[in-house]
Amino acid sequence: MIASVEHRFGPYGGQYVPETLMPALAELEAAWIDANKDVEYTGRLRQLLTDYVGRSSPLYLAERLSEVVGRPVYLKREDLNHTGAHKINNALGQALLCKRMGKPRVIAETGAGQHGVATATACALLDLECVVYMGTEDMRRQKPNVERMKLLGATVSPVDAGTRTLKEATSAAIRDWVTNVATTHYILGSAAGPSPFPSIVRELQRVIGDEAREQILQKEGRLPARVIACVGGGSNAIGMFTAFTGDRTVELVGVEAAGEGLDTPRHGAPLTKNAKPGILHGAYSALMQDDDGQILEAHSISAGLDYPGVGPEHAWLRDTGRATYVAVTDAEALAAFQRLARLEGIIPALESSHALAWVLKSEGESDLDLVCLSGRGDKDLAQALEMIGGGGAAEGQA
Amino acid sequence: MSTQTQTGAERIAAAFANSGKRAALMPYLMGGFPTLEGSRAIGEAYADGGADLVELGVPFSDPLADGPVIHAAGTKALAAGATLEGVLEVGRALSERLPVVLMAYANLVYVRGFEAFAELLVEHGISGLIVPDLPLEEGPELLGVCDARGIALVPLVAPTTPDERFARIGERARGFLYTVSVTGTTGERVALDDRLGGVLARAKASTTVPVAVGFGIGTPAQAAAAADAGAAGVIVGSRLVRAAAEADDPAAEVRALVSAMADALR
Repeated sequence: MIASVEHRFGPYGGQYVPETLMPALAELEAAWIDANKDVEYTGRLRQLLTDYVGRSSPLYLAERLSEVVGRPVYLKREDLNHTGAHKINNALGQALLCKRMGKPRVIAETGAGQHGVATATACALLDLECVVYMGTEDMRRQKPNVERMKLLGATVSPVDAGTRTLKEATSAAIRDWVTNVATTHYILGSAAGPSPFPSIVRELQRVIGDEAREQILQKEGRLPARVIACVGGGSNAIGMFTAFTGDRTVELVGVEAAGEGLDTPRHGAPLTKNAKPGILHGAYSALMQDDDGQILEAHSISAGLDYPGVGPEHAWLRDTGRATYVAVTDAEALAAFQRLARLEGIIPALESSHALAWVLKSEGESDLDLVCLSGRGDKDLAQALEMIGGGGAAEGQA
Repeated sequence: MSTQTQTGAERIAAAFANSGKRAALMPYLMGGFPTLEGSRAIGEAYADGGADLVELGVPFSDPLADGPVIHAAGTKALAAGATLEGVLEVGRALSERLPVVLMAYANLVYVRGFEAFAELLVEHGISGLIVPDLPLEEGPELLGVCDARGIALVPLVAPTTPDERFARIGERARGFLYTVSVTGTTGERVALDDRLGGVLARAKASTTVPVAVGFGIGTPAQAAAAADAGAAGVIVGSRLVRAAAEADDPAAEVRALVSAMADALR
């Protein structure tokens, strides 16, 4: 049961949105608290997560990967969920909430397209109108997901502003919400945005870590030394971390996108770079911005991590020292993408490949790693093969 | 008229009181669009055309409350090199003629710090400040900082605002209360929202400062209708920014448009 919702995580968070949206945020918060008291909501969500999504997702001991790094590595297999990523956990929970609020229309933003597909799926299932905003650059690099969304009955609305990626798609979704707030719920896909979204998304994603903690205790009889997840906005990471934040011996590691390098402007690592905090999309958090407060353009090979901001709870976890944030480059992520395919027969999403890349290169003190494999890489094939060159994985790299 | 002895809030109050119109006319100017010098010329043309105040927008990379016309103008202004300091210089020049109310998104204020930002406003003769993504709950500290310097922090109300919020926002309004006429972003509309009269009535009941209306007002007839519905001020944005973007002689074009709207309000 959820009695209240945080508006701040330390100094971070808040509700920096146009007045038009303030009543909608209050309505959402009240509906969320109310829904969580109602077994009809919680029971229906649990049933859908089991029968429709296929939860619980397996916890898999990646033996060949473990051999390579010299310690056991477990993968939490969110890639095996229906629609291929963790995003469905949140999309279903919020779509059910939308139904309860009596709103017939849903909007969403998407970067990699996984949240868009998950939202389109939930809307098809629950008979809701669905519009997904997506940057045209992301539509190009994540084409299969665009086709999936259309097949599921969603309208994919192309966004041509700025770098034509996740930041602009999110801005476009918020503008739609300002205009259509009476009939529309905005299913935000990350643990970012104005309160109550960071809390709602965390609670809907914490099933990842809750399951993983129980599973690893069952399999290993002990807690992991490290829990590792990639961080764009930070939804799979907060979902993975939350169950472990009280376990002081467990190190929490968030892996951001270093893009072309942290010493270049082309990255997506506001936490690792200790960027000055600022306000983007309704929340105060770590943010890539210039001295004038203009938001900078992020870069990552992975559309899901190509975002200049981050969820406010992550900024607080960093400041309090409870979690550590690191970054890996495009090249390292791409190598890990190929490596896992050859070692384990699993093609990971480019987002999740960042977490795997860090595990592959990190030495550290760990004797047991738990990694969130947040999604599968089918959507990334065209882009990855293009970057690897020549239509197949280079022999020497894998 | 002495501007030195008046606070910004007092200058704004005087502009509403002495407009000689049924409602004061406040055109919106995108600072730095198409260039800093060009935006200053457009602002002068607003004054020539009969504007009573000017709302001066600081371009921002991610303007969530703005529709496509103002968003595009802001993007171009940034590409042309507009900075906060540059826009404030435009404001200082215009403030010789009429009160300037700066419109800046919250991050632009936060990155400088409230005190430093407010000091910049004072130094440049700016009378008021609108932060469209700083709602009531996030506003108290900035309100104190602005009050201490006589800068009017102007809040917004919207058609979706519930009654109890109206009262709390109206009580904290300085300069004027900015009433958003539509549920949506800035931009021209074919017709005014038919709920406008109701929203204006609620706004007026909530506050002692004048109530101005903006978003979706682009023609002299719509300006007159807003005054008829009870607005003490009318804000016109996208229509003028579009003229600045499209006209061969932007200053002449916007002067004519502002003049027609001023006439409609007399």
